[in-house]
Amino acid sequence: MSIPKITARNVSVSYGAKQAIDDISIDVDMDHVIAFIGPSGCGKSTFLRTLNRMNDTIPSARVSGDVRLDGQDIYAPEMDVVQLRARVGMVFQKPNPFPKSIYENVAYGPRIHGLANSRAELDVIVERSLTRAGLWNEVKDRLSESGTALSGGQQQRLCIARAIAVDPEVILMDEPCSALDPIATARIEELIHDLRGRYAIAIVTHNMQQAARVSQRTAFFHLGTLVEYGRTSDIFTNPKEERTKDYITGRYG
Amino acid sequence: MSKRPSLPVADAPVRPTVWDSPAMARRLRRRYAAERRFRLLGLAAVALSAAFLAFLLVTMVAQGIRGFTETTITLPIDLAAADLPIEPARVKGRSADLALAGAGLEDAVDTAATMRFGRDGADLLSPGAWLAVRDAIKADPAILRRTVTFTLPVASPFDVAAKGEGTPDAEQVVARLKAQGVLSTGWNWNFLTDADATDPTRVGIWGAAKGSLLTMLVTLALAFPIGVLAALYLEEYAPKNRWTDLIEVSINNLAAVPSIIFGLLGLAVFLNTFGLPRSAPLVGGLTLALMTMPVIVIAGRNAIKAVPPSIRDAALAVGASRVQVIFHHVLPLALPGILTGTIIGMARALGETAPLLMIGMRAFIAAPPRGLTDPSTVLPVQIFLWSDQVDRGFIEKTSAAIIVLLVFLLAMNGLAIYLRNRFETRW
Amino acid sequence: MNGIVLLILIVGLGLIAWAVSRMRALGFRRRLGTRISSLPHHHGWYVALWTAAPPLLFLAIWAATSPALVTDMVLGTPAAAQLPPPGFERAAILSEARALAAGRAHGAFHTLSRTLAPAYDAAQARVDWIATAVVLMLALAGGTYAYLRVRPDFSARTRIERVILGLLLGASLIAILTTAGIVASLLYEAGRFFSVVPITDFLFGTHWSPQVIDPRDPGASLGAVPLFWGTFFIGAVIAMAVAIPFGLLSAIYLTQYAAPRARRIMKPVLEVLAGIPTVVYGYFAALTVAPAVRQFAVSIGIDWASSESALAAGLVMGVMIIPFVSSMADDSLAAVPNAMRDGSLAMGATPSETITRVMLPAALPGVVGGVLLAVSRAIGETMIVVMAASGVATLTANPFASTTTVTRQIVDLLTGEAEFDSPKTLAAFALGLTLFVITLLLNIIALTVVKRYRESYE
Repeated sequence: MSIPKITARNVSVSYGAKQAIDDISIDVDMDHVIAFIGPSGCGKSTFLRTLNRMNDTIPSARVSGDVRLDGQDIYAPEMDVVQLRARVGMVFQKPNPFPKSIYENVAYGPRIHGLANSRAELDVIVERSLTRAGLWNEVKDRLSESGTALSGGQQQRLCIARAIAVDPEVILMDEPCSALDPIATARIEELIHDLRGRYAIAIVTHNMQQAARVSQRTAFFHLGTLVEYGRTSDIFTNPKEERTKDYITGRYG
Repeated sequence: MSKRPSLPVADAPVRPTVWDSPAMARRLRRRYAAERRFRLLGLAAVALSAAFLAFLLVTMVAQGIRGFTETTITLPIDLAAADLPIEPARVKGRSADLALAGAGLEDAVDTAATMRFGRDGADLLSPGAWLAVRDAIKADPAILRRTVTFTLPVASPFDVAAKGEGTPDAEQVVARLKAQGVLSTGWNWNFLTDADATDPTRVGIWGAAKGSLLTMLVTLALAFPIGVLAALYLEEYAPKNRWTDLIEVSINNLAAVPSIIFGLLGLAVFLNTFGLPRSAPLVGGLTLALMTMPVIVIAGRNAIKAVPPSIRDAALAVGASRVQVIFHHVLPLALPGILTGTIIGMARALGETAPLLMIGMRAFIAAPPRGLTDPSTVLPVQIFLWSDQVDRGFIEKTSAAIIVLLVFLLAMNGLAIYLRNRFETRW
Repeated sequence: MNGIVLLILIVGLGLIAWAVSRMRALGFRRRLGTRISSLPHHHGWYVALWTAAPPLLFLAIWAATSPALVTDMVLGTPAAAQLPPPGFERAAILSEARALAAGRAHGAFHTLSRTLAPAYDAAQARVDWIATAVVLMLALAGGTYAYLRVRPDFSARTRIERVILGLLLGASLIAILTTAGIVASLLYEAGRFFSVVPITDFLFGTHWSPQVIDPRDPGASLGAVPLFWGTFFIGAVIAMAVAIPFGLLSAIYLTQYAAPRARRIMKPVLEVLAGIPTVVYGYFAALTVAPAVRQFAVSIGIDWASSESALAAGLVMGVMIIPFVSSMADDSLAAVPNAMRDGSLAMGATPSETITRVMLPAALPGVVGGVLLAVSRAIGETMIVVMAASGVATLTANPFASTTTVTRQIVDLLTGEAEFDSPKTLAAFALGLTLFVITLLLNIIALTVVKRYRESYE
């Protein structure tokens, strides 16, 4: 087992009086894509958002527990949120390209973080990110067109390119394919496969086949608690818990 | 899954980002400084707007509060010595004013002032001072036979000086009088009960307030029913066609037409074509109604839209007709929203000046209007008229009139907010 | 007087009709014991409407036409032969006689009007009799017709509802009528103006001095370019220079940064700013701001600065517009999907970077639309410029100099003017037409932009 990139221990989140997740402990590492599965409302997205402190944007959210990136407590007062989010990128459920050109969408992150010293360097970053996101060949001739003009699947890959462009260490994906058609979904899954090893990847998904296809580790959430966590192959073929078995065989969810 | 050939640039050696390098830390500090500056800029914008509002209100109140007070001077008048040609017995009933008007009371008061305060004594008194003497005689004719000490309003320059804003000359006189202990300050009740006048010490706000009241009555009586009915039609009945589009465009556009254009409409149509009387609350109300109606329609439509379709369905399902659904269910539920919109529209109409100038409501009107067709003015126009006066005494009167207007507006807006909070249902 | 009596008579007849037919309908119900399609009061209203509406309609028409009828009858009497030929004196005598007959006047200036008064009295009485007779006839005929139709199977309700629908439609047509009235009156009066003054002189002339109009060439002193410039300079340049940054930054601060409690306090404060009447702003501008601006100008060495400077009026107007811009910007920012903001924050952008680089560009069409609406409102604003700007038209871009505006000139041209047909007063309508067209265009463009923007995020 490789060294974990993110270690989360005893994480609980509540929105006002409502407890969203309770006492979750999970590791995310470089070599394995980890999938969070579970019925809707089970807290898997909430947990994902604690890993880059996106829950900070919801005023009523309270997070307790311990989340570490490379051993550094990300909820410590000296932790800088801006840097944290640059290191832990995120891809959202619905593709959300900015209403700017394709080039500017990808260049946005490097620009704000000052990752390029020249236009040429920026060009390289944009091309590399788009290539890694598998979008370069489709858009290289129309980089100045609006990012919102792309198809849904292309938009989502643009968002992945945008996340890659800041050179993150971790990429969090929140149901990245739920708004896409099957062909576009296949492209994204392929992409996740390609990106593994270069980035630590955590993906929330509704779709168990997808979890089985793209991940090596799976965590099953139910009603805000972590029910089972282990190798994907084990979870899907030989679940230890009754609830996991019921879920993956489609008895509820 | 087939692996696509990767382009060279994708595998080009990447200079790893060192997040904790000094350069990165410097950059981060700069970014956070920019963040703080931006936030401060926003706060400053809000604070400055609020400060402007506070400054405006404080200025108006500080000046206006003096408009509600008057400086008075005590003056003994020997009415018996003045030998006025009036029989105390005749100062009764209706003819009293007429009898007293021609009796030379003004001269008697001026003589008394000259005797008491020297050569310029008569100038100290407000031109309306004798009216107070007249009223005292009316109340008790017996005083015609003895010496009575009156408290009379002083002339405007000295009133202003006594409040600390006068010319050096007037200030000197006031200082002397103060030393004699004859000056005092009290509430100017006449300001709340009188109409316009040429002398600032004699003006009142009631004439304009009554004009505003009558104008608003006409506006409300027209704009409210028409606005509500039009809103009901557009939301509940209107078919999707060109006519409906035309109505909608008209209403949205009317809500944004400059108010002075409505004044031109009133002048050309109501005065010149229909021959309605100038300066009348009737015409003012008609003009403002056309302006207020779109506001009520828009507010009404939003309120009607907010009534959930499930309520309409429920009523229709028990066999109510469309009209019954609308008048028994939709309208009562939408009414608080409609009323809120109506009050806000009426508040806007109450503060409106420009269109009323066009239809002649800027005339000098010394008596409160008695009916809808009497010449009259309204509060904001009165403010405008007084603000144009050179006499310094009018400055505080203008501000005082502004306070009266703002109090009305505040009360109306307060009522609207109360209605909104009290009755607004979130479906 | 007579009109009011007739009105009460009609209402009374209507009430009786209502009560009688309701009784009749109640009788059906009791006898038949079945459900009838309409309730008794529907029948009541149906008959009452038939009783009262036709006479009311007649009265309205009668009120408009009968004075002319009376005058015609008076002119037909022998005494009228002594009247002077049509003109001012003839009209004065007639109106005096009319006042005498109505008992509104006691003394008469013309002796002839005394002789004519009885004729007026008689004619008026005859006309009144005719009116009363027609009203009674109409009411009885309508009432009887409707009363006879009150049967168990007669659906009075649908008839009543059709009338109500007509009422609703009529109410909404008032809006079109108003618009048409504005357009027609402005076009008509402006048309009269342009028949005297060439339209090119008005639109492109650079000299404006309506006090001195050369009757041979009125266009020479009625060139409105200085007014257009002044309006644009005060409303669209100076006022916007205040309103846009303040409004935008306030909206950003209140929606993106302020704690909910601060927002709850500050938003109403801005709304109060919007609720203050313009005449108060105008007074404040003239009394406090204008002298301060002049003092400032003098202190930096501009001795000739006007005490009616464009800057003073523009500044105050800008403050007045702040809440308007702020609420438009607020709406536009709120329409930007949260995903956009989250996307940027998740990349490690600071809130200000997110706002300036993602949210504002995304909200730009909405903000631009709002600014256009604000400009339209600023150039139509009247009282501030009437009270604080100058009445003298100058073509200057110096904010400390005095300029005048279209609205200010409309007010100046139309006040204290006795005759209504001079080029001077008609010019006000030409200016009004220009103002109307420009604000209309601005509004249409702005609303289209805003609408398209909203739709792009739905």
